[in-house]
Amino acid sequence: MDDIAFLLNGTPVVLRGEAPTRTLLDWLREGRGLTGTKEGCNEGDCGACTVMVTDHAGTRALNACILFLPQLHGKAVRTVEGLAGPEGEIHPAQAAMVDKHGSQCGFCTPGFVMSMAAAQVRGAVDHDDYLAGNLCRCTGYAPIVRAAEAVAGTAAPEWLADALPEVGPAPFAPGSSDELAVWYAAHPEAVLIAGATDVGLWVTKQLRDLPEVAFLHACADLQQIEPVAGGLRIGAGVTIAALRAAVAGSHPALAELLRRFASEQVRGAATIGGNIANGSPIGDAPPALIAMGARLHLRKGDARREIALEEFFLDYGKQDRAKGEFVEAVTIPAEAPGLACYKLSKRFDQDISAVCGCFNIEVKCSIIESARIAFGGMAGVPKRAAAVEAALIGRAFALETFEAALPAFAKDFTPMSDMRASAGYRLEAAGNMLIRYFHERSGAKVNVLEVMP
Amino acid sequence: MSVGTPLPHDSAPLHVAGSARYVDDMPLPANALHLAFGLSTVAHGEITGMDLSAVRASPGVVAVWTAADLPFANDVSPSAHDEPLLATGTVHYVGQPVFLVVAENHLAARKAARKGKISYRDLPALLTVDDALAAESRFEGGPVIWARGDAAAAIAGAPKVIEGRFDMGGQEHFYLEGQAALALPAEGGVTVHCSSQHPTEIQHKVAEAIGVPMNAVRVEMRRMGGGFGGKESQGNALAVSCALIARAFGRAAKMRYDRDDDMVITGKRHDFRIDYRAGVSDEGRILGIEFRHLARCGWSQDLSLPVCDRAMLHADNAYLLENIRIESHRLKTNTQSATAYRGFGGPQGMLGIERVMDHVAHDLGLDPLAVRRANFYAEMGDASGGSIAATVNEGGEAPLPPGGDAFSRGSAVARGAVPAAHGQTTPYQQPVEDFILHRLCARLEKTSDFQARRAAAAEWNAAEPILKKGIALTPVKFGISFTLTHLNQAGALVHVYQDGSIHMNHGGTEMGQGLHRKVAQVAASAFGVDAGVVAITATDTGKVPNTSATAASSGADLNGMAVKAACDTIRERMAEYLAELHQTEPRKVHFENGRVFVGGAEMSFAEAAARCYQGRVSLSSTGFYATPKISWDRVKGQGRPFYYFAYGAAVSEVVIDTLTGENRILRVDILHDAGASLNPALDIGQIEGGYVQGAGWLTTEELVWDEKGRLRTHAPSTYKIPACSDRPRVFNVTLWDGANREETIYRSKAVGEPPFMLGISAFSALAEACAACGPAYPDLQAPATAEAVLAAVNRAKGRA
Repeated sequence: MDDIAFLLNGTPVVLRGEAPTRTLLDWLREGRGLTGTKEGCNEGDCGACTVMVTDHAGTRALNACILFLPQLHGKAVRTVEGLAGPEGEIHPAQAAMVDKHGSQCGFCTPGFVMSMAAAQVRGAVDHDDYLAGNLCRCTGYAPIVRAAEAVAGTAAPEWLADALPEVGPAPFAPGSSDELAVWYAAHPEAVLIAGATDVGLWVTKQLRDLPEVAFLHACADLQQIEPVAGGLRIGAGVTIAALRAAVAGSHPALAELLRRFASEQVRGAATIGGNIANGSPIGDAPPALIAMGARLHLRKGDARREIALEEFFLDYGKQDRAKGEFVEAVTIPAEAPGLACYKLSKRFDQDISAVCGCFNIEVKCSIIESARIAFGGMAGVPKRAAAVEAALIGRAFALETFEAALPAFAKDFTPMSDMRASAGYRLEAAGNMLIRYFHERSGAKVNVLEVMP
Repeated sequence: MSVGTPLPHDSAPLHVAGSARYVDDMPLPANALHLAFGLSTVAHGEITGMDLSAVRASPGVVAVWTAADLPFANDVSPSAHDEPLLATGTVHYVGQPVFLVVAENHLAARKAARKGKISYRDLPALLTVDDALAAESRFEGGPVIWARGDAAAAIAGAPKVIEGRFDMGGQEHFYLEGQAALALPAEGGVTVHCSSQHPTEIQHKVAEAIGVPMNAVRVEMRRMGGGFGGKESQGNALAVSCALIARAFGRAAKMRYDRDDDMVITGKRHDFRIDYRAGVSDEGRILGIEFRHLARCGWSQDLSLPVCDRAMLHADNAYLLENIRIESHRLKTNTQSATAYRGFGGPQGMLGIERVMDHVAHDLGLDPLAVRRANFYAEMGDASGGSIAATVNEGGEAPLPPGGDAFSRGSAVARGAVPAAHGQTTPYQQPVEDFILHRLCARLEKTSDFQARRAAAAEWNAAEPILKKGIALTPVKFGISFTLTHLNQAGALVHVYQDGSIHMNHGGTEMGQGLHRKVAQVAASAFGVDAGVVAITATDTGKVPNTSATAASSGADLNGMAVKAACDTIRERMAEYLAELHQTEPRKVHFENGRVFVGGAEMSFAEAAARCYQGRVSLSSTGFYATPKISWDRVKGQGRPFYYFAYGAAVSEVVIDTLTGENRILRVDILHDAGASLNPALDIGQIEGGYVQGAGWLTTEELVWDEKGRLRTHAPSTYKIPACSDRPRVFNVTLWDGANREETIYRSKAVGEPPFMLGISAFSALAEACAACGPAYPDLQAPATAEAVLAAVNRAKGRA
């Protein structure tokens, strides 16, 4: 019943009796003696455990340390041991890393090689983005990027083309949202696991036992993005990577924010529903979605309801979600030309926001007609800047207006100090983001990432 | 010759295949045990009760040990015997190991370790520099003071006095492979596999802990997944624990820290506060200077004394300081015991004087590079340095070709600002005999197009209201040798087998730097064979005894010489025998290209080896090396602690956002002195990696402790080392091709640590960018997080 079947380096594997929260990494290293996949952090932040996973949606690089075995059902997994050809032919990424001196201590190297191999399959050449989730402490990355550039444009070796295995129903996983609704209503204490990029850490870091879980990856109907009246309906199971690709043309500001959402490995697993449902005050998607006026679709059994997204976040750790109720989808407008998203973190890539400010301002005849502004990292929940909005609406689109609105930030927010930033800095930077919005919209250079040497 | 060839890392094919084996990858014997520590949750407290029943009852637990269960020495300190393996009565920081869980698997051990119920009577915790100063909590009693000349008088008489206070953060090593050890019970002792820069220290501490002589403990170390100083002493606790359990239970025992545990338990780079007061001339020449170094050393002494010494020894960096007084306070606090980290205090000391240079330039309205030059030691020639040896370019313009007479000796010399070159010494009285930074900086200034880009940055800053650029050139002069003189020794063991294959072993450890590759190139060159003929083997205390840590950038210098000595001995024996066989003289026997030429005869190296074997010639030898010329009196702060200096300079260009403080490095140009490089590819790798790690220290890498002394940045989710996109977009690295004036191995220079300090140029550039925002001194503090940059921008604008 609970058989987990997948291809490992081209060979069928059937697992029976494994705990559903056993990670792929532990199983590979302890169960199979495949020690090429490394544990660097055990929380999905270093990429030393990167493996290549192929399913019907394509090939992705994922972090094995926060990937549970049931998530692999029906898929094909390649580890570094399975990268070379059947006759021992070295993979182009491996060859390039040797030629370009891309390894020093070598511990991160298998992860980098796997990220490059997955990128090669997808034809990706955005090296900085797809390697953002692989940390290297030795090389300074320069030779690694040289290796990635050497691989770019080459064809993936044929031997990596795995035919997906024929498998039975996914274990621990409802096959549709209807099934999920019935099951979850009956098991309201269970933990729902979509990408496991957050729940994974409950297991690997908090060492929690999760007695009852359901995986959502088999609910294909939750993974759809559909045009609907007035916008796009994004299923809760849509990954951040898929959403980023889908909105690249229509919502460039959102897509750029999503480019900086965690890392390639995390974006390939994490879902928009998970990012909303876990209620974090520093999740990156909610401020942008709130600024766009997103509507959230919730379901419990057969009962469905729809609320404004900001109403979902009641308080720190508390959401407007009943037991047995789950996030089904979120709807956003078809476009949001006035949207700008500013993510402030210690490191540009693969970091958690200290402040994430999203501004959606419409101007007509030089008058601010509407303003929806939402912040992450400024309160216990993702929160709208109501006083700031009020200070802008109906006034002239001019620097004076924006400057005059600055004192309103203190009415909207009383941020806290933590390891990411002080309260004072958060408040000041949040206000300055508003000023940045004015300058950006007025055509000034405001983004250090766009300055080229 | 193999030496000088840019061969890839010897393990690179294994790295990329995932078959390079680290400690945690070793197949375990059946019934192996797994260990984890239960940790202190308070920063300073007396243990009033320990209820470990839940730990013992936890599934899979085999045993739980406290200090009372330890049979012999309860000490894992590398220095002062002040670091118990398990706490005895009092805990001194959050994260201190209190008890040891022995379990059937890693996860069971980790889970059980969290179930201890320990009660404490809280004691006052000293967490900050100010706390420790107020409580007079220091190692070594009072501060260490070294002085030359009369700084106070020189400052009093100077036209201008510049003073300030600079705080710089520490740094987590973040080796990708966490600490790990595995002990196997052996007859009469143990065999230990560990991830350590210092196998002999592991052997020593394990022997003490299990009550056997050192000869009963064998430590084998094939490779580390990064070290950076963090595996010089911080692996002792794991290896000792494993050895104790392996002895007690007769079963293999393994311990590896989970990343969060690793960051919470182990020491990091020392954070420093530096107070400075300088008397300067109108031209920016420092006439007298006083430094006060306040180093937060943590709860135990570890290596803090030599770290803080080295900070003092680099307080001059590249500058002749005739009147100087340095006061160094080694503060004892209730935090992790700060430890070795690449540069070993040097970066902190050097950053102090580099901040002074920028501060002086700012307040006097001078060009920072001119101020630096005005203070440089006088040029002292080296043998060469005329052309570019190896270059790696990333985008941008190619460096200019080296011009024969293009390198002025620096305007400062022309102005006569630097006193006579003869007899110039560092503040600690070491002669500076090979100062090449005038020429090196002049060349870098030209190849990086520094002045034009500086002007372009100024134009940008005049035009752009929000984004500001900064560009800076900073030099590095770094002293090479262990300051503890007796550590400057190394041994090697080389075998030539009768088939001509060579087995090489030495006391150095491989942590990614390519030490074994370099040393194998030395061995291959000695025998005139291809480097592939030389088998690289794990560091092993059973083969080479009494080794020093692979640290202080000394690995290739020391072990290369020791290996060369062993090879030379064997080669001489071979030459002597073959000469006799062919009735010629030994000096007429040559080893080249895998062949041996004996008078008129010629044979392969393998044939030569076979003949020597048949002729009953010993084809095995040890080799030994002790660094010459050095002597050091650390009490007086005088002598020649360093065999030589390594030099380099970097130009960094950055851009900042004056609204948020966000910043990034746009381009860097580096010219670095690795002497006559043993392997230019590996050396450039050290330079690129060192720069990015140094820049990381001073930008995104921020350690934050809360008011209870808990480290809040204990995982990569919160502690941010540079990621791929943080590297400079344009990254030009060139080796200066001067040979070492001292007789080092093939006249090369050490390259492990010095490039780390090239990252200071990024910080200076950021400070420049902040200074473009207003008239006041921005006084940027490190690390220059976005928050720190915004604060500096505000100060520049006079809003602080």
